[in-house]
Amino acid sequence: MKPLLEVRDMTVSYGMIAAVRSVSFEVYSGETVVLLGANGAGKSSILRAVSGLIPGGGTVRFEGEDLAAIPAHERVARGIAHVPEGRHIFGNLSVKENLLLGAWVRRSSLAGDLDRVLALFPRLKERYSQSGGTLSGGEQQMLAVGRALMSRPRLLLLDEPSMGLSPKLVESIFSMLADFHESGMTLLVVEQNAAMALTLASRAYVLEAGEMKLSGTAAELQDNPLVRSAYLGE
Amino acid sequence: MIYFFQQALNAVQLGSVYALIALGYTMVYGVLSMINFAHGDFFMVGAFLCFIGAALWHLAFVPVLLLSMGGVTLLGVATERIAYRPLRNAPKVSAIITSLGVGIFLENFTLGLNPYPKYVPPLLPSLGFNAWGVSVSIFQLSTIGISFGLMFALHLIVNKTKAGLAMRAISADRLIVPLMGVPVDKIIALTFALGSGLGGAAGVMYAMAYPVIDPYIGIIVGWKAFISAVIGGIGNIRGAVLGAYILATVEIMTAAFLPSTYRDLITFSLLLTLLIFRPRGLFGKAEIQKV
Repeated sequence: MKPLLEVRDMTVSYGMIAAVRSVSFEVYSGETVVLLGANGAGKSSILRAVSGLIPGGGTVRFEGEDLAAIPAHERVARGIAHVPEGRHIFGNLSVKENLLLGAWVRRSSLAGDLDRVLALFPRLKERYSQSGGTLSGGEQQMLAVGRALMSRPRLLLLDEPSMGLSPKLVESIFSMLADFHESGMTLLVVEQNAAMALTLASRAYVLEAGEMKLSGTAAELQDNPLVRSAYLGE
Repeated sequence: MIYFFQQALNAVQLGSVYALIALGYTMVYGVLSMINFAHGDFFMVGAFLCFIGAALWHLAFVPVLLLSMGGVTLLGVATERIAYRPLRNAPKVSAIITSLGVGIFLENFTLGLNPYPKYVPPLLPSLGFNAWGVSVSIFQLSTIGISFGLMFALHLIVNKTKAGLAMRAISADRLIVPLMGVPVDKIIALTFALGSGLGGAAGVMYAMAYPVIDPYIGIIVGWKAFISAVIGGIGNIRGAVLGAYILATVEIMTAAFLPSTYRDLITFSLLLTLLIFRPRGLFGKAEIQKV
């Protein structure tokens, strides 16, 4: 079976500093893959290079197509949606407008998708015409995910979806991601909350200082002594 | 009192010209956080195209207006593509200096074409009517009407269309907008097109009101329109329009009731005072700089 997303020898540099060095991994259709690692390990840089926000060396293939010459906005049309770290809600736009913007690449009718996202996040329905800047952190995270879903992605990239949220909200975000996984969606998740992330993942990769250190199924990594001591706090 | 109303009408007319230009400054600032100092010279090119259309090609008013708007639209889009886009990720000051350079280029290019000043022949019949003692000309009415129409069209584009939604998103968080699937370069080009087109229309209105033109008219008028945008809170569309009418009213009323040589002195003093109390302008929001 061919992977949905295939990353080979990716490097990402900021000036003289290499944040990601020759990283390779793949995501198969229907999988939830988690990238683990400490702050500065290069996880976010990998997601940003996959979605095309920043340039990266090496090759990124999506459904077999080399994305090197495809700018970020066209990657969305191909089916890659990226929920960025820090959510990046458009604070001057209403909740509705944020969602509609997420559907930019879509041509068909959006009413059904809006209903679907609002059914998923009833809180957003209550805040529908409020500006995005007035939402709480948790609501903003829901809006960021909902906005990404509006493009009907085949691969959803999530960068630190639990960041800055209360434990209760973290749980509800993760149970939502688990539902996405159940429904057959393909997820690539960057997370610092390793314990939570491993409960969700099919497979995981561990990054350290921009290099791939470990990979395996979630169960394998959960039992790995290095992961246990470094990321699960044991 | 009739004198006051006459001057108020003049203020609305001048304010409309300032507003059309100020919108170009504020829209470009909105999407790029950059001040396009060549914009006053775009306006001058609009006035110059009005001269070409009216005096050399003997076109009627509407074709002249379309010629100026179309020509300046192309100029704005080309300038963005050639001069500003390569500097998109360079330090802000590089783009600002480049825009000053583009302005000097346009002034001298226009200067090199022909001897100046030029006289723009009247495009509209000098008809008018008297309303309660205030004389209203067809020209004043069309300036005000067309400006309002263009501003309303812009309002619809920005607030009711998909492209306008993208413009507003870019003004909030440009770097993340590509993740929505939005072709940012195209939207920025469209913003330049709209802003420049309005500047071209302003050039026609101005050349008809003050028919003696030279390549430097864009400097002082451009500054005043820029200041209008700053008064309103640069980046804010409603603010730019309001700022333009405030500035024009102060200017006209100062000239009408106080020694007119002090016009600019008083106008700019008021501006400075306003900025002391509202440094971000009337509609500007305090910006939190993230470190």
